[in-house]
Amino acid sequence: MTAYRLSSGGLADRSKALSFTFDGRPLRGFAGDTLASALLANDQLLVGRSFKYHRPRGIVSAGPSEPNALVTLGSGVRSDPNTKATVVELYAGLTAKSQNRWPSLGFDVGAVNGLLSPFLGAGFYYKTFMWPRQLWEKLYEPVIRRAAGLGRAVLERDPESYEKSWAFCDLLVVGGGPAGLMAALMAGRAGLRVILADEDFRLGGSLLSETETVDGASAPAFAERIVAELQSLENVTLLSRTTVFGWYDDNVFGAVERVQKHVAEPSAKLPTERVWRIAAKRALLATGAEERPLVFGGNDRPGVMMAGAIGTYAHRHGVSAGKSVAIFTSGSSGYRTARGLSAKGVTVSAIIDSRPEASDAAPDGVRVIRSGAIVDTKGRQRLSGIVVERSGFEELVACDALGMSGGWSPVVHLACQRGARPVWSDALKAFAAPDVGDTLRVVGAANGVYTLAGCLRDGAETATAMAAELGFNAAAAPLPVTETEADPSFAALWYVPGAKSKAFVDFQNDVHAKDLGLALREGFGHVEHAKRYTTSGMATDQGKLSNINAVGILAGMRGVSPAEVGTTTFRPFYTPVSFGALAGTARDSHATPTRKSPLHEWAKKHGATFVDSGLWFRSAWFPRAGEKTWRESVDREVLNVRANVGLCDVSTLGKIEVFGPDAAEFLNRLYCNAMLKLPVGKARYGLMLREDGFVFDDGTVSRLSDDHFFVTTTTAMAGAVMSHMDYCAQVLWPDLKVRFCSSSDQWAQMAIAGPKAREVLQQLVDEDISETAFPFLSARAMALRGGINARLFRISFSGELAFELAVPAGYGEAVADQIMEAGRAHNVCAYGVEALNVLRLEKGLLTHAEFDGRVTPDDAGLGRMFSAQKPDFIGKHLSARYGLTAADRMQLVGLKPVDKDKDIRAGAHLLKEGMKPSTLNDQGWVSSAGYSPVLGHHIALAFLKSGRERYGEKVVVWDKLRDHEVIAEVCDPVFVDPQNTKLKA
Amino acid sequence: MRYSAFSIVRNALSGNLNWKPQWRQPQPKSHYDVIIVGGGGHGLSTAYYLAKEFGVKNVAVLEKGYLGSGNVGRNTTIVRSNYMLPGNESFYEFSMKLWEGLEQDLNYNVMLSQRGVIMLYHSDAQRDAYVRRGNTMWMEGVSAELIEREQLKKMIPFLNYDHARYPILGGLLQRRAGTARHDAVAWGYARGADQHGVDIIEHCEVTGIRRENGVVTGVETSKGFIGCGKLALAAAGNSSRVGEMADLKLPLESHVLQAFVTEGLKPCIDHVIVYGGGHFYISQSDKGGLVFGAEIDGYSSYAQRGNLATAEHVMEEGVSMIPGLSRVRVLRAWGGVMDMSMDGSPIIDRTSIDNLYLNCGWCYGGFKATPASGYCFAHLIARNDTHPVARALRLDRFARGYAVDEAGAGPQPNLH
Amino acid sequence: MASLITCPHCGVRPKEEFAIRGDASLIRPAPTASDEAWHDYVYVRANPRGRTLEHWHHVAGCRRFLVVERDTVTHEVYSAVDGVVAAREAQR
Repeated sequence: MTAYRLSSGGLADRSKALSFTFDGRPLRGFAGDTLASALLANDQLLVGRSFKYHRPRGIVSAGPSEPNALVTLGSGVRSDPNTKATVVELYAGLTAKSQNRWPSLGFDVGAVNGLLSPFLGAGFYYKTFMWPRQLWEKLYEPVIRRAAGLGRAVLERDPESYEKSWAFCDLLVVGGGPAGLMAALMAGRAGLRVILADEDFRLGGSLLSETETVDGASAPAFAERIVAELQSLENVTLLSRTTVFGWYDDNVFGAVERVQKHVAEPSAKLPTERVWRIAAKRALLATGAEERPLVFGGNDRPGVMMAGAIGTYAHRHGVSAGKSVAIFTSGSSGYRTARGLSAKGVTVSAIIDSRPEASDAAPDGVRVIRSGAIVDTKGRQRLSGIVVERSGFEELVACDALGMSGGWSPVVHLACQRGARPVWSDALKAFAAPDVGDTLRVVGAANGVYTLAGCLRDGAETATAMAAELGFNAAAAPLPVTETEADPSFAALWYVPGAKSKAFVDFQNDVHAKDLGLALREGFGHVEHAKRYTTSGMATDQGKLSNINAVGILAGMRGVSPAEVGTTTFRPFYTPVSFGALAGTARDSHATPTRKSPLHEWAKKHGATFVDSGLWFRSAWFPRAGEKTWRESVDREVLNVRANVGLCDVSTLGKIEVFGPDAAEFLNRLYCNAMLKLPVGKARYGLMLREDGFVFDDGTVSRLSDDHFFVTTTTAMAGAVMSHMDYCAQVLWPDLKVRFCSSSDQWAQMAIAGPKAREVLQQLVDEDISETAFPFLSARAMALRGGINARLFRISFSGELAFELAVPAGYGEAVADQIMEAGRAHNVCAYGVEALNVLRLEKGLLTHAEFDGRVTPDDAGLGRMFSAQKPDFIGKHLSARYGLTAADRMQLVGLKPVDKDKDIRAGAHLLKEGMKPSTLNDQGWVSSAGYSPVLGHHIALAFLKSGRERYGEKVVVWDKLRDHEVIAEVCDPVFVDPQNTKLKA
Repeated sequence: MRYSAFSIVRNALSGNLNWKPQWRQPQPKSHYDVIIVGGGGHGLSTAYYLAKEFGVKNVAVLEKGYLGSGNVGRNTTIVRSNYMLPGNESFYEFSMKLWEGLEQDLNYNVMLSQRGVIMLYHSDAQRDAYVRRGNTMWMEGVSAELIEREQLKKMIPFLNYDHARYPILGGLLQRRAGTARHDAVAWGYARGADQHGVDIIEHCEVTGIRRENGVVTGVETSKGFIGCGKLALAAAGNSSRVGEMADLKLPLESHVLQAFVTEGLKPCIDHVIVYGGGHFYISQSDKGGLVFGAEIDGYSSYAQRGNLATAEHVMEEGVSMIPGLSRVRVLRAWGGVMDMSMDGSPIIDRTSIDNLYLNCGWCYGGFKATPASGYCFAHLIARNDTHPVARALRLDRFARGYAVDEAGAGPQPNLH
Repeated sequence: MASLITCPHCGVRPKEEFAIRGDASLIRPAPTASDEAWHDYVYVRANPRGRTLEHWHHVAGCRRFLVVERDTVTHEVYSAVDGVVAAREAQR
């Protein structure tokens, strides 16, 4: 085969030459070329190697169905492996490399697999590599894995950016060929909001390679005219380079626009790709039809192509696939292609027609071999001839390119993505789109209408009807005038008998006809089994060319109609879509939103180290000069709080204002402890259960007035608690007069804890906050000096005399500054969540490290909070189940290392001394652990079987995962101030 | 036909024309000792072990579609036994051990690849939870390793160490865990069961369960009535529907879980990696495609297809964990319908009807459980006694207050 | 359904704004109801194939629990009404 650029013709702009490289070889093409057309123009026929046998392969198609011409585009961090050369728009500076070959494309050692092919048939690996057993992991699998895949992913950070966008329209037209353009035009003129999406970089579809005239103009010129009118309509959006990849519920479509995949140096101001979610009232598929390859011996030799693709390269790109082109056809289309080539001056050596008779006209002087079959091809890495069999006689026909035309299959992929299966049509000898209702209809070749006039009419008429359904009035307009067209009929030919060498069905995955036979013999005759057993249709082209022939061959072997075989399932994505496009901007630090406390800047000012806590950044500790480890800082903060006073940001707690005459009743039903009679001005610790009786969340409830409560939740569960309350109020008890809203973001909240807390805080308020006037668990609104409306709570998460002060978020930083100033004389320090955690651990207070969703109030030592007297609350009934009350449940205990120098670590399990580790002997686990600077040794909270009866017992703290084992004594979980003297000081 | 080096050479030399069907296509008999509803991985493995290990050979497996058309053919192929709760860990480790001998046992290469599963942690709290999990594993005798950040960087250099929203601090590794070729598991069990005399009847939909005097006497099917001594349901995804035929009310919701595969790539990801900042998991198939998934779509569904928003979210998590995935193209998405149970753990048990047995509620964990599920279910059916490793997985655990709630999320299926 | 929900308060909104709670046909038993009634309420689900009622919480919108009637096979949405309206009707 010798491919070359025709002296004239085509849509490529011959005044704009573009240089590019293939496997390092510098080549030239023109603007308007695809990489494939430019490679062909440079006579680069061999472009890749197949997956299994590493056979030399060339370009087969001129579009997204391409199985062979896969290249790696770009280099380094901008590598795009497995890119189909047939859809790449050529640009200056493009670099492409062939794949799956070593050491080179021309000489590939992997081709030895072809010699072993009798042993490597479909499913061979399921039967072998098992002896001896150890060798699978050590030898066979690594070897198989090394052979896997085609292109190489770089897996380095992608320097480019992506974005996503919603779009809404009355009518989405998918495909910008004759049917799609006419549909968009009629709908656009009628005033519908229209989006027309086409995967190509130039709108026009088959018009771009059409040889006939439309309205007296060349077909491409006609397309250009329609596009120009569409561009002038404000209600029409044209999206070229945009592939609609999926059809989802409610007529939402996913599409990906390649915004600047066609430039060597993308602009930083634009995304490389953009994913569109298109919500369409109606949609039209004008996705065309796919020409079928023919399955004959040697059909994978470079130079064997789809006939239509040879036509496209000649007419659209001005490139001839060969000096002497033969056509193998089972229908009229092959003749049409031959005539078009002949008209372009390309020599057509012969037409091999599988049919015994046909009325189609061959170009003058071209030999037609009827009832002919190709049984083999000649040449090494490029075609040099074909072996044609007719009536038992073989003949060698010289040619350097061969076009296959096995009839047509409508492209119905999108219409079948939501459960409906394509329907076999005897008339079309193809699977047609199912009826999926009014919202999505199929027109043109995708609808089995194969003439140009028919496509133009189908698009126009269907769009007009759909416009009317949506209440738009489309004015009648004359249809464009076309020439008389040939009959596009064909005979179904699934397999060409008499193959002298492998007859491939799926080129990329090297599935040949015999593999399907083997699958059938072994009981894998169901189309899904055949696919999975042979891998036919599972390559990067998803069987766009091969599936129909696989179905036909299976049908033939099983002696049934293709209708009975059916198809495999069509699923997104129509063509592959990059991770990057689908992820959009949600990556790295933008992977999830970031929440910062109103005291974030205050904490930063004091040198805080921050830690992630869900979406929040929380201050973890505040290192000071000279402190070498985080532990030093945390120990200092803890000791300072215990001895003096500290300020901690607790703004991230969930905060909910609850109002209404039934607010108390509502909360009484939400919490397991009593809330009904909570006095105004008081706060209470509350425990919420799930309906299954396990602890959901804890927090405080403060009654600010008769019908106004203020509820706090843990940071982690703030959203979940709010949703739970919504559910209870709206669904369970809609008649309670209660309203609530989140005020988490409205309040800055700070804990002021330590023996000096009152002295510090008193400086900010006029009201008396002494033990008598404002005792433990007091809660009320209070103005700060200067008039800021605040709320003060006498609650403590440290066991110290402590207050929590809430001020409007915007004042948070200023008030915190003032407290630090007021506390200077009392050695106030800022402390973070690490110190907070040590303080609460010392005091035996609990967090979600303990409340892990499997803990009852009694497990946590809070059984007294469970109010059996209340008639009803969430979780009451199921709490009585045996499993939740069994005596051997794990209960909260404290642990102290017997050897005080040893540490205990969270996540360790507990064993009785002398017992062997086993699931049966497992006694419990450590939920929280840390060093207590007050006690001078490590302490821990743990859940231990029947733990409260076992104080004083020694247990093994078993952390085999980190090879760490300690003996600890079981004790009460309150390590510091069990009498609460400091708390109530 | 036994597969051996000899049989492969012999067949290759004779044009591979003499291979026999891997399982028969029998017509149903009028009566079986045991009928299993569901010809997926669990139904087939149950039949295999019933016949091979428990001597119950007069068995039929009824499958409404083609063999393996349920979740065994639409998952992310991960096998592991790295659970936190003892009730799960014992069961899944039993499964893991069966996996390790499966190819020899079945004489079928299911391509078990013990490449290691690593679950990343991103905070101290998450590390502590993984430590607890790792120690549960060690309690069961299962080796686990805590991989710290610096070691992890050497092991898996392409993770997002520098710019992740949630810093990657380390991971919990189970080296014995990995992947297996999912379809081959169904086929291997089918062939094994068939060789032991089990009738596998495809395209035979059960439409009713006939009961007389409170016991099941057989099933109405699209191929007529078939009598049985015992009836075993293994129809995950559709358990509620099949159970309804016997008036069973089950603690299940059906949900769709999407999975994805990329274009084939040269080997680049050597482990199964699980993102702790979300729910994303990924591995590379022996054929080169990256196989991955994350959470369920969230609404109850019997449709084997998912929605775009969830798909996009999965990609977001993928790129967040491995920035270099950005340019890799996703080839195909599919959806599996799963029984989501009320505690996220499966159910293998008898029912209120004496000779009706139930295997359901596999949530995300069905594929890896295939061998143990079949073995324990067969044990239960044959001996009317729960296998020791499946004791925590009984149906009455909800009524008794013994939920096996690995996520600690409570009785809301879409949270597990 | 899987893509868009017509909220009676906010109009047509994308799925991502909602959190799905589950079966909306359940009615919380009286406190004195039997263990079995409570077990069924908390743990048993009809899980229909076809029409179903489900609670969708418009978390990123009006924060109302909607009762969405839809098909679990086709994913067609038949209606979405405010949960309080539905709950009051159920109580009647």
